[in-house]
Amino acid sequence: MNHNSKIALPVALAIVAALALVPFYGSRAIIQDLFTVLTLLVLAMNWNILAGFAGLVSVGQQAFVGTGAYAMFAAVILGGVDPLWGIVIGGAAAAALSVPIAIFTFRLNGAYFAIGTWVSAEIVRLSLAQWKALGGGTGTSLPKGTTQEMFGVQPIRHLLGISNAAAADVLSYWLALALAVATLSASYLFLRSRAGLGLQAIRDNLEAARSVGVDPARLKAIVFVLSALGTGVCGALMFLQITRVTPDAAFSVVDWTAFVIFITVIGGIGTLPGPIVGVLVFYVLQRLLADYGTLYLILLGLFGIAIMLFARRGLWGLFTDKTGIELLPLRHRPPRTATPVPGIPPKIVKEGT
Amino acid sequence: MAILSLNSVSKSFGALKVTDDVSFEVAPGEVLGIIGPNGAGKSTLFNLITGNIRTDAGTITFDGTDVTGQSPMARVKAGIGRSFQIPQPFTHLSVYENLLVAANFGGGQGGREAEQLCVDILDRTGLGDLAEATSGSLSLLQRKRLELARAMATSPKLILLDEIAGGLTDGECVALIETIKSIHAQGTAIIWIEHVLHALTSVVERLMVLNFGKMLTIGAPEVVMDTPAVREIYLGIEV
Ligand SMILES: Nc1ncnc2c1ncn2[C@@H]1O[C@H](COP(=O)(O)OP(=O)(O)OP(=O)(O)O)[C@@H](O)[C@H]1O
Ligand SMILES: [Mg+2]
Repeated sequence: MNHNSKIALPVALAIVAALALVPFYGSRAIIQDLFTVLTLLVLAMNWNILAGFAGLVSVGQQAFVGTGAYAMFAAVILGGVDPLWGIVIGGAAAAALSVPIAIFTFRLNGAYFAIGTWVSAEIVRLSLAQWKALGGGTGTSLPKGTTQEMFGVQPIRHLLGISNAAAADVLSYWLALALAVATLSASYLFLRSRAGLGLQAIRDNLEAARSVGVDPARLKAIVFVLSALGTGVCGALMFLQITRVTPDAAFSVVDWTAFVIFITVIGGIGTLPGPIVGVLVFYVLQRLLADYGTLYLILLGLFGIAIMLFARRGLWGLFTDKTGIELLPLRHRPPRTATPVPGIPPKIVKEGT
Repeated sequence: MAILSLNSVSKSFGALKVTDDVSFEVAPGEVLGIIGPNGAGKSTLFNLITGNIRTDAGTITFDGTDVTGQSPMARVKAGIGRSFQIPQPFTHLSVYENLLVAANFGGGQGGREAEQLCVDILDRTGLGDLAEATSGSLSLLQRKRLELARAMATSPKLILLDEIAGGLTDGECVALIETIKSIHAQGTAIIWIEHVLHALTSVVERLMVLNFGKMLTIGAPEVVMDTPAVREIYLGIEV
């Protein structure tokens, strides 16, 4: 196990470095595809912490994607700020919105909680569709040239010798990569922290957790707000790249929740590498089945059901069970009092000599 | 002043009165034993003291504060640690992590201090070799030991132990009594529910008898065990 984690970090760094260098040799289409994969990964990692670790099975994450996107558009169009600041504002707005939604939905349990989150998202969508300054029900676009003037685009254009639009794509891609790395690192550190241990205790036994001092409502609220922040930032980034927003697209339950649940479940809910595996499988399936139209969705659904029936902990769980290999283990080990001296091989007792 | 005092505490489940006007006090550092037939309301009394179940009437005071309306989290942080009669381990966590959660949250300790505390408790309770075992894989007896160890990890001023000696061999029982005596020696008050009478009477200073939710008697073990009513009800001996 120790051996695994020792090679895992260099391998992970190499993968991130390779991804960061893609704009130097990859086509614009590849960059756009990878952008989609990375942003879906960020959404899936956030939902995984929420549902897989905190037991909060939300189907209303589109509320935070949409709010992040709309707050960013409002900040840019109405406030005239740089879109990069708009992304920060988008995250903050989503986190702020998550507080009243939590106050409402935390009174509900299980399926009712899920429905509560979905209803909340619908209310936010319908409300924002009334916002005439941002195009109401038909939505709006970023002013022409906004993304070219965005901080960082011109240096990238010169560095890579590409068009303004392509440079904006590269910037978005790098931001998505940074966001994915940050989300994974933050998830790992959070789960390894005191709060993460408390969450795992709650997941195992609520009554016992309360009896050793873990406050479930408090920890769940922290996770809910943090994942809304991550989801909101991601939403703002996704719609910055598209440069156009409509209520239906920004608050799509299929795109921002159903697919995200599918990704997490097939990859392995409640495991950190699960969403990474899931998003890769999802992307491959999408490529292979894209020509089949509606049939594609049906096949996707059947695949998801098969995984749920035969591999409860997803593909990553299956892999861990078969091989014993664990990446990003969350175990806390007791401090060693007597460590064996390294370098001295254990004595081998030979019999019969 | 008493560390714990119950004042006319009552609790019913539907028509069944499980705790009936119970009042008693526990002094700091005292060891109180509780006996009574199955279904007498012993575990329920613990649940009322820890806040896992709410009282219908009466007040519970701990360490000078009225805790009657407080959550279990607040009470464990104030210093009431407990074990569950049916062990409730965090099954996916290791034995060591079970204790670490308790030390971090209930005991309010962090870092090296908490880690060392957990290791020490594991050694004291004979779980040292199982520290890294997943607690879901433990046997029932090991789980009961874990209940005791996890309660200790919350650094309680009062620890509530619910039937942790059942099923032990003589040797194991002696070791358990030693552990409980060592908790007592630290100045921690203990309330211990136990059907294994010889284990109980070798440690407790006072004994309480519960029957049908009512406190029948409380006092020195020899005196209590000699009461005709106790002999009849608890031991089934005709007098
Ligand atoms: N949550 C509950 N709801 C309804 N009835 C309950 C509940 N908890 C306990 N009871 C009932 O209350 C009575 C007292 O239960 P309790 O567990 O306190 O007894 P006990 O003295 O601990 O018994 P034992 O020696 O078997 O552990 C029993 O009749 C039990 O069935
Ligand atoms: Mg009981």
